[in-house]
Amino acid sequence: MGADTMSTIASIITQTLVYSTPLVFTALGGTFSERGGVVNVGLEGIMVMGAFSSVVFNLTFASTFGVWTPWLALLVGGFVGMLLSVLHAVATINLRADHIISGTVINMLAPALAIFLVKVLYGKGQTDQVVETFGYWKVPGLSKIPFIGPLLFEKTSAPAFVAILFAIIAWFVIYKTRFGLRLRSVGENPQAADTLGINVYGMKYAGVLISGFLGGIGGAVFAQTISGRFAITTISGQGFISMAAMIFGKWNPLGAMGAALFFGFAQNLSIVGDSLPIISSIPKVYLESAPYALTIIVLVLFFGRSKGPKAIGKTYIKSK
Amino acid sequence: MFRFKFSKMNGILVPILSVVMGFILGAIIMMIFGYNPILGYKAMLDTAFQSPKSIGEIFVTAGPLIFTALGFSVASAAGFFNIGLPGQALAGWIASVWVGLAIGESVPKPIALTIVIVVGVLAGALAAAIPGILRAYNETSEVIVTIMMNYILLYVSTHLVNNVIPEQFISTKGTTKMVGANASLRTEFLSSISGGSRLNLGIFFALICLVLVWFLMKKTTLGYEITSVGLNPLASKYAGMNSNRIIVLSMVISGALAGMGGVVYGLGTFGNFFIQSSSLSIGFDGMAVSLLGGGTSIGILLSALLFSILKLGGQGMPLRAGVPTELVDVIIASIIFFVGISYLIKFILKKIEDKNKEKKVTQVSKVEGGKS
Repeated sequence: MGADTMSTIASIITQTLVYSTPLVFTALGGTFSERGGVVNVGLEGIMVMGAFSSVVFNLTFASTFGVWTPWLALLVGGFVGMLLSVLHAVATINLRADHIISGTVINMLAPALAIFLVKVLYGKGQTDQVVETFGYWKVPGLSKIPFIGPLLFEKTSAPAFVAILFAIIAWFVIYKTRFGLRLRSVGENPQAADTLGINVYGMKYAGVLISGFLGGIGGAVFAQTISGRFAITTISGQGFISMAAMIFGKWNPLGAMGAALFFGFAQNLSIVGDSLPIISSIPKVYLESAPYALTIIVLVLFFGRSKGPKAIGKTYIKSK
Repeated sequence: MFRFKFSKMNGILVPILSVVMGFILGAIIMMIFGYNPILGYKAMLDTAFQSPKSIGEIFVTAGPLIFTALGFSVASAAGFFNIGLPGQALAGWIASVWVGLAIGESVPKPIALTIVIVVGVLAGALAAAIPGILRAYNETSEVIVTIMMNYILLYVSTHLVNNVIPEQFISTKGTTKMVGANASLRTEFLSSISGGSRLNLGIFFALICLVLVWFLMKKTTLGYEITSVGLNPLASKYAGMNSNRIIVLSMVISGALAGMGGVVYGLGTFGNFFIQSSSLSIGFDGMAVSLLGGGTSIGILLSALLFSILKLGGQGMPLRAGVPTELVDVIIASIIFFVGISYLIKFILKKIEDKNKEKKVTQVSKVEGGKS
C-alpha cells in the first residue's frame, strides 16, 4: 500500500471520527431519556444551546485556560444543555405536556434564544472563530504500532476516544447497574416500578437531565471541532440524526455508538466526497440524503411493529 | 357575582392566557438585557401596522401559515404528529414554481393557476403519503419518518435547482427566475389596494380552505371517521372502519394542505424558488399556529394573523428599539410551551373556581345559618 493511499485512509478514519463524535454523545443522551420513557425530540435544540454556550465560553476564556479551554467548554455546553432539558422534564413529567410538542418547542426556542444572545453579546448575527479548538491528537504509545498506529492513532481526534469510552460506560450503566435497571423498568412499566418502590418521577428526571448533558456536550464538540464558531446554521440536523442513530442502535448505547459512527462516515463522505475517486462521481444529493433515507429503510425493514421502551411517550400519573 | 365557570371556557382561556404569558416572558427577557419592553412592543405594533402595505403583508404572511396549520390539524385529528410539514410545503413550493416557469407565459391564467395548484398540492400529498402508508401498513413511527423526509426533500430540492431544472429557468445559481404573470397568485388589483404589497390570492384560498376543512371534519363521514380513529383506533376498527385507509387519507389531506401552503409561499409571496439551508419556517410555524388555534378553523385564522403580526412587527424591533428580531421567535416558542403545559393553566383555573365556589358555599351557609 502506497503512502498516499495510507494517508487518505487515515484521514477518512479521522474525519469519520470527527463527524461521529457529536452524534455519539447526543445519541447516548437520547438513549438515557427514552430508556426512562421520555421521548426527546428536543435533542437538536439542546445541541444548539450546547454549541452556543461552548463557543461563548471558549471565546471568553481562551486566554485564561489555553489548550484546556475546549475541554472545559464541553462541560459548560453540557451544563447548559442540561438546564434546557429541565424545561422538557418539568413539562413532560409533571405538567403532562405532549412529549413531541415539548421537544418541538425546545427546537424552536433554542436557535432563537441563542442568536438573540449572540446579538446581545457581540452585536452581530454570528460569533467569531474560536482560537482554541480540539485540533488533532497523537495517542501516546499506540501511534507507534506499525500499520494500525498511523491509521488510527497518529493524527486523530481526542474527543472521539472520550465518546467511545462514554458509550462503553453508558452501556455498563444501563445494563449492569441498579440505576440502569430502574431506569429501564420505569420506561417499560412505570406502574410496576412504582409498586416496587422506585421513584418513577426521579428516574425520569435523571434520564432527561442526562440526555440534556450529553446532548449539550454533543453540540459543544461539534462547534469546537467542525464549525469553530456559532451561527444559526451551525447545528443543522445533527440532533435528529442522533435520534435516528439511537433508534438504529435499538436503544442500546453500543448500538447507538455504532450507528452514530456510520452516520458520521456518511456525513463526512458527502462533504469530502468531491476529492475522492469513485465517490466524486456520485451526485452529492445521494450522499447527503443517505443517512436519512437509510433510517427510514432500516425502520421499515427491521423494526416495523417492535418499538423502543414500552411506556415511551406516555405521561405517568401517579395514582394516590 | 361570579357566575360563569372558568373550566367551561378552557378552549378560549388557555390560548389567550398562553399568549399573555408569552408576551410577559418576552418583556421580562427584554428587561433582563436592558431593553425597554414598552418601546419594544410599540416598535413591533408600529412596524406591523405602519401602512396599507404593511397590513397587506400581514395577510401575505398569514396565507401559507393557515394552510400548514390546517394540514397539521387534520393529521392531529387522526392522532398523528405530522412534523413533515416543512418538507411537504417545500415539495409543493418547488413543484409549483417549476411547472409555473414552464407554462406561466403561454397558458391562460385560469388554466395555468389550476395546473400549478394541482401540481403543488399533489407534490405535498405525495410527500405525506409515504409516512402515512408506512404508518398504516408497517406501524413505522410517522414522527421519525417525517423528520427524515424533511431532510431528504431539502437536499433533493437543492439538487433539483442546481442540476435538474433547465438552465433557461434559472436566474442565478440556486435561484429560479420569477414565474410568468399567468402562473402567479399576485394580481394588479390586490397589489394596488394594499399600497404595493405582495398581497395575493393566497389568503382568499386560505379562507375558503378554512371553511372547507371545517366542513370536511364536522359534516362529512370521512371527517367523522378521521376523528374517531384519532380518538380510539381500536374501537373504530371494531365499528367497521378501515383504519388503514383513513390513516393514509388523513396524512394525504394533511400533506396536500401543506403543499398548498408551499404553492402560496412560492407563487404568491416570492414568485420563484431559491435553495434553502434549513427546514422551511412556514412548516414549524404552521404547527405552532395550529396548536395555539386549538385545531379549530377560527382559532387557526386568529393565531395565523397574530403570528404574522409578530413576525412582521418583529422585523422593526432592532431598528426602532434595538431589540434583536429573534425575540419574536422566543415569544412564539414560549406561547406554544404554555399551550403545551395547558394542564397547569387548567389546574390553576380550576383552583380559582373551587375557591370561589367554597366562598359561595360558606356565604350561603352563613346566610342560612342566620335565618334559622
